[in-house]
Amino acid sequence: MLDDFLLRALLGGVGVALVAGPFGSFVVWRRLAYFGDTLSHSALLGVSLGYLLHLNLTFGIIVVCQVIALLLFISQRQQWLANDTLLGIFAHGALSLGLVVLAFAEGLRIDLMAYLFGDILAITRADLLWIYLGGGAALSLLLWLWKPLLAVTIHEDMARVEGVPVQRVNALFLALIALTVAVMMKVVGLLLVTSLLIIPAATARRFAPGPEIMALLSAVFGCLAVVGGLFLSYFWDTPTGPSIVVAACLIFMLSLTGAPGSWRRQR
Amino acid sequence: MTGRDSLLLRARDVRLQLGGRLLLDDISFHLARGEILTIIGPNGAGKTTLLRVILQLLAPTSGEIYRQPGLTVGYMPQKLHIDPTFPLTVKRFLAFARRNCTEQQSSEALDKTGARHLLKAPLHQLSGGETQRVLLARALLRNPDLLVLDEPVQGVDVHGQSELYQLICRIRDASQCGVLMVSHDLHLVMAATDRVLCLNQHICCSGTPATVSSDPAYIRMYGQLAFYQHDPQHHHQHEEAGDAR
Repeated sequence: MLDDFLLRALLGGVGVALVAGPFGSFVVWRRLAYFGDTLSHSALLGVSLGYLLHLNLTFGIIVVCQVIALLLFISQRQQWLANDTLLGIFAHGALSLGLVVLAFAEGLRIDLMAYLFGDILAITRADLLWIYLGGGAALSLLLWLWKPLLAVTIHEDMARVEGVPVQRVNALFLALIALTVAVMMKVVGLLLVTSLLIIPAATARRFAPGPEIMALLSAVFGCLAVVGGLFLSYFWDTPTGPSIVVAACLIFMLSLTGAPGSWRRQR
Repeated sequence: MTGRDSLLLRARDVRLQLGGRLLLDDISFHLARGEILTIIGPNGAGKTTLLRVILQLLAPTSGEIYRQPGLTVGYMPQKLHIDPTFPLTVKRFLAFARRNCTEQQSSEALDKTGARHLLKAPLHQLSGGETQRVLLARALLRNPDLLVLDEPVQGVDVHGQSELYQLICRIRDASQCGVLMVSHDLHLVMAATDRVLCLNQHICCSGTPATVSSDPAYIRMYGQLAFYQHDPQHHHQHEEAGDAR
């Protein structure tokens, strides 16, 4: 018989992996890894503000991630700072601001480690609801956006000439990524969110002849990583979030050994 | 197509200033159905910028651009950078060109550009010339009234270049679309174009290829260009000669 908390952890982890797969594929295709990092770093600010304003913490995280995504979208239009510099400013600015704001919450004892590295074993029913409702919403909107988003990913100008509303597609996509990151926080923590986005997608690439299959395979590899990580954590008492990421890395390395290396050949 | 207005495009006094730099100055031209107009000019002359203005990707600072109402544009960008992690076949890539694109239509378009065998190939494994043919096929799939081609022969060897230009000519003959393209080299494009616009921020000269090639402004511009573009090999020899002395 599975322990109740373990079952919840498994459900939460799998839910997150299912959402992370397709989004992670786009993150890899569009080179947005650092963007995901920035969003997740800002999540701590959401936690702090949530505490101070007596809001639901997940709600706080979602709101702050959305605001940061919007700010990034607007500030990316300027030309004088490179994108990665901009992202660095936002990422570390928001993380530090989160820690500083946290210091104002008097008498508050918060398990910082749980937010940095996730605390999947402490997932509550309410968390599960957030994951499945929030993640489900993000995933359905992504499906709706799928074709124009692929067109924009291939070539922005070409898509625009062919009538795709590129700005709107990009803005909505960033908002969805922000929602996904917020939902993933609980499972792997803000320092590791990006890994669950990009490692399964990178693993899937070698086996995927098309974008849809890559998205699906990423989800599958993500689920395997979650199961493997929980297994590691359960039997060897290792921290769960990092264990999941280690499992994801192991699967990635395994995939390198015996796969049709269709993309090793090219330049 | 008879009875339809034959004027596809007209630019009038177009100026574009970005960040204090004047990129396009006082550009006026027009393009009619069935006509091929080539923009030539040195690097940084604003050729791609002008295409982007025509395509409404950039708004001009002043001036006006008339596009025939309901104009369908097939656009071939200068470069296609697809991340190697993005698994995409030529077939799938072409399908984005229009709604409900069938495999039949895609292979027909590839047939026209001589690239039918590439239908199932992964996009990121194509050579430069193959990529250009696939991009051209995608532009054709839109049944365009106007083809906008940004350096369509880039990355193609000289023989392939004139072949591609001939192909563009044949496509124009068959579909009577207008073609606006950018080229580096007047002599290669000469046989394939009706009119030439020689651009260097402003229009230096324009007309048939023969008139432009003998225009003092054109000769001056390319004379200047030769002066600026030092051949490194040549330079090196000079140094060696100096050392020897």
